[in-house]
Amino acid sequence: MRTDWRERRHRWDIRYAPYAYIAPYFLLFAVFGLFPLLYTAWVSLHDRNLLDGDSATFVGLENYAQLLTADPYFWNAMGNTLSLWVLTTVPQIALALGIAQLLNRRIRTRTLFRMGVLLPNITSVAAVTIIFAQLFGRDFGLINWVLELFGAGRIDWQAGTASSHVAIATMVVWRWTGYHALIFLASMQAIPSSVYEAARLDGANSWQQFWRITVPMLRPQIIFSTVIATAGNMRLLAEPLLFNPGAAAATGGSDRQFQTAALYLYEQGFAKYDFGYASAIAWLLLVATVLITGLSYLAARRIRTD
Amino acid sequence: MTSVLDRSAPSAASPTPPKRRRRVAVVAGPWTYAALIAVLAGSAFPVYWSLVVSSQTPAAVDRVPPVLVPGGHLFANIARVFDTTDFALALMNSLVVAGTITVSVVFFSTLAGFAFAKLRFRGRSALMLLVVATQAVPTELGVIPLYMMMSDFGWAGEIHAVIVPGLVTAFGVFFMRQYFERAVPDELLEAGRMDGCSSLRLYWHVVLPAARPAAAVLGLFTFMQAWNDFFWPLVVLVPENPTVQTALSTLASGYTTDYTLVLTAATIGTVPVLLVFLLFGRQIVGGIMQGALKG
Repeated sequence: MRTDWRERRHRWDIRYAPYAYIAPYFLLFAVFGLFPLLYTAWVSLHDRNLLDGDSATFVGLENYAQLLTADPYFWNAMGNTLSLWVLTTVPQIALALGIAQLLNRRIRTRTLFRMGVLLPNITSVAAVTIIFAQLFGRDFGLINWVLELFGAGRIDWQAGTASSHVAIATMVVWRWTGYHALIFLASMQAIPSSVYEAARLDGANSWQQFWRITVPMLRPQIIFSTVIATAGNMRLLAEPLLFNPGAAAATGGSDRQFQTAALYLYEQGFAKYDFGYASAIAWLLLVATVLITGLSYLAARRIRTD
Repeated sequence: MTSVLDRSAPSAASPTPPKRRRRVAVVAGPWTYAALIAVLAGSAFPVYWSLVVSSQTPAAVDRVPPVLVPGGHLFANIARVFDTTDFALALMNSLVVAGTITVSVVFFSTLAGFAFAKLRFRGRSALMLLVVATQAVPTELGVIPLYMMMSDFGWAGEIHAVIVPGLVTAFGVFFMRQYFERAVPDELLEAGRMDGCSSLRLYWHVVLPAARPAAAVLGLFTFMQAWNDFFWPLVVLVPENPTVQTALSTLASGYTTDYTLVLTAATIGTVPVLLVFLLFGRQIVGGIMQGALKG
């Protein structure tokens, strides 16, 4: 009888135990990840404001209609999101390629340099933004002081649309370039040197080698980096929120000049407690992110491989 | 990769086989070093600047030309931070949140990673694909219902609301599965099975000890990420019960921002991750580079 029980236990172990081991992940993800995201769609069809009590009135697509046809703040936020997406993603990938190329030489103290480029990535987004907000300060910021030193005028970084986007993009690029550089470096090291030797024999200079060999060979990593950078950069929130902290932080500047879509979601949801409207913004931002990610995937795929 | 191997095949058959060489990297010249040092300076400068500002008096920060070296007021500023806000509570909360999430993520990731890499079950590859796919789901956009759930549970404002959604990550499961596929030989597990070990005992006595290097890297990543997390804690917590990051946000939101105070808090909040990074930076860099090779 005892062996029979052990036999049964063994069979259970083989057949069902694996599901028990993977179940916690799927369970927790379903409850705290997937369900809220899907439920956002249901909330977005309601007029639901926490300040009016907990009542919810079904309004169909009214929130979406309002956002798409009658809300200039929404389109302003979407425009800022797209502008920041370009200003962050393109320099990030380009600089990362350049830095990886530098790190791919035979260098002394290479661990120091590799850790150095990753340092920005381990600092918190809140700390980074506050530090840069000080550096970009109008009156006492170091950056304006340097600009004046070189004879250029002071810039009120927060005031303008373009200048505030440049400042915010600087923070994002600073924080993420090193991470992507290490990803590129790893793949560069996997390229066999015989490929470069052959190119050198054909008379290709280092610039040509970079564009004809390195970049095409790094295609999968460039696609990967572009896609994850895009997914992150379409949802910037901490940087625009803390660039101009204070009572009106959620508006992203006095004229909403740097309010991103994620920040507009935050403003509607957690400054005005308009949950229905904020949920509609979340879904529209989701759709926009999927579209833009697809677009950047296609763009990165255009890198030629021979 | 395969095409390279194919091309070298004929030469391997020739009488003198080509010498197997490590790839010869270009030796860095002075310009490379100059550029790298510039990059390094750029990476480190904002962190250095944070230290400079946090060791000045407020008046010194508003001076033109600016003071570029640290002053002597760091400890006075630290004392002011702890007087102005309950920063001790913020540090404690961040430690509890990041610590709990780290232990949990490492535990569930090694468990699931072991099952996906080493156990056979129906639907294994489809479920693994599902894990990878969930990595791409922007769960942050579900913040409104998540907040409503936490309110219903009565958790809004409490740190469990920050901990519970972070207990598992798709990245962790994927990362550990990749590691086990390479690092734990099937023979070892077969031998254990022969001795009558259940899968749970195999996990505990064979797999977990073998997982140590990768689990450490995953733990470091997870800790730093949880420590630095901003958006969800900002939404669900209240200023009276903050994490380090939300306390920074509150400090910065005063009517006029006293940067010596805020950046001192930022400096204190950065020290724990900086310490982890200085001690284990080599492993963290290695983890990113290895992950990239399979990406």
